[in-house]
Amino acid sequence: MTRRWLQTTRKMMLTPLLLLAALPAGAEELLVYTALEDDEIPGYMELFKKSHAGIDVKIVRDSTGIITAKLLAEKDNPQADVVWGTAATSLMLFDQAGMIEPYAPKGLDKVRPFMRDGNTVPHWVGIKAWETGFCVNTVEMEAKKLPVPKSYADLINPVYKGHLVMPNPASSGTGYLTVSAILQLMGEEKGWAYLDKLHDNMSSYTHSGSKPCKMAGAGETEIGISFAYRGFMQKKKGEPVVTVFPSEGSGWDVEANALIKKAKVKESAKTFLDWAISAEVMSAYAKVYPVTAYATGVAIPEGYPAEPEKQLIKNDFSWAAANRARILDEWSKRYDGKSEAKK
Amino acid sequence: MPEGGLATEAATASARARVDDGFWARVDGERWIKRLLIVALCLWLGVVLVLPVLQLLVKSLADDQGGFVGLTHYVKYFNSPNLFVSLRNSLVVAVLTTLLSVGLGFGYAYALARTTIFGRGLLKGVAMMPLFAPTLLNGIALIYLFGRKGLVTTGLFGLLPGVDIGVYGPVGIVIAETLYAFPQAVLILVIALKMTDARLYEAAQSLGASPLRIFFTVTLPGVRFGLMSAVFVCFILSFTDFGAPKVVGGNYSVLATDIYKQVIGQQNFSMGAVVSVVLLIPALLAFIADRLVQRRQVASFAARSVPLIPRPNPRRDVFFAFYCWLVGGAIVIFYLTALFASLVKVWPYQLELGLWHYHFSGTGGGGYSAFFNSLRMSAYSALWGTAITFLAAYLIEKTRQLHGLRQLAYFLSLAPLALPGMVIGLAYIFFFNARGWEIAGVFVANPFNWLYSTMAILVLCNIVHFFSVSFLTATTALKQMDREFETVSASMGVPFTKTFVRVTVPVCLPAILEIGMYYFVNSMATVSAVIFLYSADLPLASVAVANMDDAGDTAYACAMSMLIVAANILVRLMYGASTAGIRRRSQAWLTR
Repeated sequence: MTRRWLQTTRKMMLTPLLLLAALPAGAEELLVYTALEDDEIPGYMELFKKSHAGIDVKIVRDSTGIITAKLLAEKDNPQADVVWGTAATSLMLFDQAGMIEPYAPKGLDKVRPFMRDGNTVPHWVGIKAWETGFCVNTVEMEAKKLPVPKSYADLINPVYKGHLVMPNPASSGTGYLTVSAILQLMGEEKGWAYLDKLHDNMSSYTHSGSKPCKMAGAGETEIGISFAYRGFMQKKKGEPVVTVFPSEGSGWDVEANALIKKAKVKESAKTFLDWAISAEVMSAYAKVYPVTAYATGVAIPEGYPAEPEKQLIKNDFSWAAANRARILDEWSKRYDGKSEAKK
Repeated sequence: MPEGGLATEAATASARARVDDGFWARVDGERWIKRLLIVALCLWLGVVLVLPVLQLLVKSLADDQGGFVGLTHYVKYFNSPNLFVSLRNSLVVAVLTTLLSVGLGFGYAYALARTTIFGRGLLKGVAMMPLFAPTLLNGIALIYLFGRKGLVTTGLFGLLPGVDIGVYGPVGIVIAETLYAFPQAVLILVIALKMTDARLYEAAQSLGASPLRIFFTVTLPGVRFGLMSAVFVCFILSFTDFGAPKVVGGNYSVLATDIYKQVIGQQNFSMGAVVSVVLLIPALLAFIADRLVQRRQVASFAARSVPLIPRPNPRRDVFFAFYCWLVGGAIVIFYLTALFASLVKVWPYQLELGLWHYHFSGTGGGGYSAFFNSLRMSAYSALWGTAITFLAAYLIEKTRQLHGLRQLAYFLSLAPLALPGMVIGLAYIFFFNARGWEIAGVFVANPFNWLYSTMAILVLCNIVHFFSVSFLTATTALKQMDREFETVSASMGVPFTKTFVRVTVPVCLPAILEIGMYYFVNSMATVSAVIFLYSADLPLASVAVANMDDAGDTAYACAMSMLIVAANILVRLMYGASTAGIRRRSQAWLTR
């Protein structure tokens, strides 16, 4: 009895060891870092799997700021093979750090100039643009008799005090592109003065760019500064949300791809990058995002302005990338943790 | 026990009379094996505990390239106004939580230990509920109750007048942390209140003391050590927890969320290390204070003590029944609300019920594979953790070799009590991800680097994180076992390994199972340490809760928490059933 019990225990103790030993095996896989939305990825990946059954793709998905920081932190020992759908301003930082292996994916000639890096063999190639949008909960706004804001200028109206939520630009790409748009539109001095006033109205800053919109959808805030796609998706789920494009123009960034410089660059990484701008998946992007790397013929998704590119501000990416650290530092100094929670 | 000693001596003498060389060689061999095991234990503790924490300290003094920068980061941090705001906030939260949870817990524990109210078993189970859930769930449930669209705020969606308590901020954090610390306070205080000599009360009563006077002169002094322990434990828990403030903190920053922001949000590891050290100091002070206080504790429950058996007292019992069902009811409402919210289609606009949020598609975190990984990780943690902890306690308690090293191992085994999960997690990243170290100009490759981003490091991290309490449980169980077992077995020439397997382990089986359950339940629910360590291949359920909440998918986060709670309750029930059986069989020797 005891002996058998002992043997079983011994086996049970050994099994985890064996399992642990077995883990690193079967490592021929592709590690992809992305900041695309959680509810976008499965649809795209289904397309990929259909045509590339042999490649085992592992996706690490997080907010832009986190993917950025993670990659920079792993600089000396890069884990990711490919970065997919991550802010171009972030990719520029990796480029500066010498982490990117230039690569010209198949079909590059179709990509519009403003959607790719200027080098002949580009360091990054865009897939689509994503832009600021306010998610406004119509039920709560009506109940509180609040007017729907139309512009950035409207948001600092004191009637919205405590009714706004926006993402922390340090961790969220959406947060950063919005802050950078405000600073570019108004100039730095006026921009910071505006942000100070905006801060007075803010009830909290969130970690991710989608959360303000989801909070608006659940009535936990009235207005969430987020990005347009999120607003339309929350509405689709049955939440009472309208998406407002600020009249001054939306902050935006290109979601782009890049190949990470590693000792051994996998062939499948290049295959993935070719696929990521192929016509097939580009049409899938276009179904939910109006501005894509090249025209696909897919109709503009419902709710977007008829000329979606006109809604985008004139964005100086290299300025936004070069000043990112400084702006985030200043932002954190001004607003991070200094504020008490407001009701 | 002089007689026992004599008997042993006689037995040893007779054994020695029959000596042959082989016997003494084996005894010697055993001593060496024990020495070797003790050394191995110390080495293990060194690698999994001391070196990672040292690496964390070094990291806080270095820049991101690894160059030594002295106290630069500290100076920068101490010069930012944010630190003092966060430090003050953390202290405010911890002090309020400690007062509330120890205060509420004392009344609850008193009712469980000293009254005859109905349903004490159930009430104790209810009080333990928060142990089974990630602290994030406390925050999430709070939002569904007191958030802008919470049940209480909207008055059950407009049926009743609602109240807005302004849950985002300190109010919410304190409520969630109190819920988190409450079971710990109850556990400690119940034990303290039970370990009381009835003769003291008899004496006080016969001297004509009023109940109030008895309470202040007998009851309170009698539980002062337990009370202090509860205070320290609740303080450390609420000071270092990050789950609740992350969900309901709003803009009220605390140190634990600062670490998260620095490390996860900005991957500023050096700064994260600095905040960790700042977080570590008060926790360490509380730990040391607790140790000093406990050292002065003399056994108040001696062999001749008479256990206090509570007698019915209608007025007192009605009061405590009312109190307990109120507190217990509040806890139940908390988790029922969370369960309800996880089933609602679109809170608060479409109240149809269904399993909408249990498919986890279109949300991050890893869904069911994360859940199964967590189950696997918790099972390994329970298995290995129990084995290592019990062996460690055995070596420290039951061997006679290498006194100094055993003292050291004892101290190190208790040290994790003072280590917040986030600190362990961060220390593990630094230590296990390091490629190697320059030691005296020679590059030494890191022999443990392969562990990074594997299941093994998660398990290791859990074992260390929850080591102390398990270790104390094992030590207590071993202490209850008479030393004579070992002495007599040894004198009869039975190898100690055989005694260990055939006597020690079976006798301590209830404690062993308890340790296993403790490891499992905590590994399922913990977020703070593993959130830094999990890798893309190995998503975890509790981390998924954090990530889904970050992305605003609160209902999914709530659903995942429910799965964790369900798994933990199941394991707890299995534990209850198995101990009942084992107690009957293996503990038969305790009854006469």
